[in-house]
Amino acid sequence: MDRIPILKVGENLLVTIQVDLDDRVALALQDDLTEKIVATRAHGVLIDISSLEVVDSFIGRMLGNIAAMSRVLDARTVVVGMQPQVAITLVELGLSLPDIATALSVDAGMEALARAGGG
Amino acid sequence: MSTSLSPALAAALSTSDEGMLDAWVAAQLAAGTMRRDLIDEDDLRSESREFLRLLADAARANASQTPTDPEWGAVRGFLSDLSRSRAIRGFSPSETATFVLSLKEPVFDRIRGSVTNADELTAELWSATTALDGLALFTAETFQRAREDVIKRQQQELLELSTPVVKLWDGVLALPLIGTLDSARTQVVMESLLQRIVETNSPIAIIDITGVPTVDTLVAQHLLKAVAAARLMGADCIISGIRPQIAQTIVHLGVDLGDVVTKATMADAVSQALDRQGFAIVRRDGGV
Repeated sequence: MDRIPILKVGENLLVTIQVDLDDRVALALQDDLTEKIVATRAHGVLIDISSLEVVDSFIGRMLGNIAAMSRVLDARTVVVGMQPQVAITLVELGLSLPDIATALSVDAGMEALARAGGG
Repeated sequence: MSTSLSPALAAALSTSDEGMLDAWVAAQLAAGTMRRDLIDEDDLRSESREFLRLLADAARANASQTPTDPEWGAVRGFLSDLSRSRAIRGFSPSETATFVLSLKEPVFDRIRGSVTNADELTAELWSATTALDGLALFTAETFQRAREDVIKRQQQELLELSTPVVKLWDGVLALPLIGTLDSARTQVVMESLLQRIVETNSPIAIIDITGVPTVDTLVAQHLLKAVAAARLMGADCIISGIRPQIAQTIVHLGVDLGDVVTKATMADAVSQALDRQGFAIVRRDGGV
């Protein structure tokens, strides 16, 4: 089974999604990520979805869930690099994910995490 | 339903010659609907000759008097090309239909020359009228279809023209919306805005609605959708150009713009956007 690699970069965790997420992979990511946050005591999670071209309501909800879970574990989540068509799909599905922080690029996301950590 | 062309008509069509062509071209030139400014006599003559040749082929192929039948395929193909090209050149539908209808006179003359019996003559003329009217109606239909294609294409172009996304500064995009926002336009607007956000890596986009005549609940909902999609990608939107009247409407309608930043003028929005990007605009000493 495919697993999404989770890299530790400084204080933060970097998740780069480079395959099309199916429901099982997404659930496995939820498990792995929460465990890794606890194990590394990370304070920020950066999810790069720039290669993700198709989303459904499940994946959309899962992104929201991951952010909520991380927040419970005292880590902020920033989703970066969402493709236009993915954003349109999520909005049309009614999932505008108001609680998720977003950024245009990994750089911008790292900056946002650093600012949030400092403040 | 597929009555054959009556014999004298078929004979008249299949033996059409230069004399008939001359008479027809003369009839077309004499008609009040002739547009000498749009077509010259030589072109008209060659088109007419080609049409007579195809009619003769159809008549020899024992065609029926309903022009939708397969024997008329070549004739229909010619007529649809002709109507389309005339529609583009600026002919009116009646001017185009006259091309076929003016053929009646020379054809009737031919038939009158070969048939003397009154009953027979009536039947022949009826057959000729049916066939030629069918062809004339066909040109009108094709003409209209060509026009509709033009209109559709223009609508599409208008849609694209009306959604320019401009880069105001590094990291600041502006989208001046003009005209009413419906769901189809919102889709185009949203797509081009998001695409430009990715291309230019701009974290701030200003949506200016000075040119939007009215903002009702639906338009507001469309705007909010675009803002939400941009936010998902990591870009913030500022809505500017809200006229006093529109501000009143928005409140009266109870539209909730949520936490979207709104500004009265584009200038305010630009200034805030630059500020957020860390730029400051200062007046030089001695500036006017």
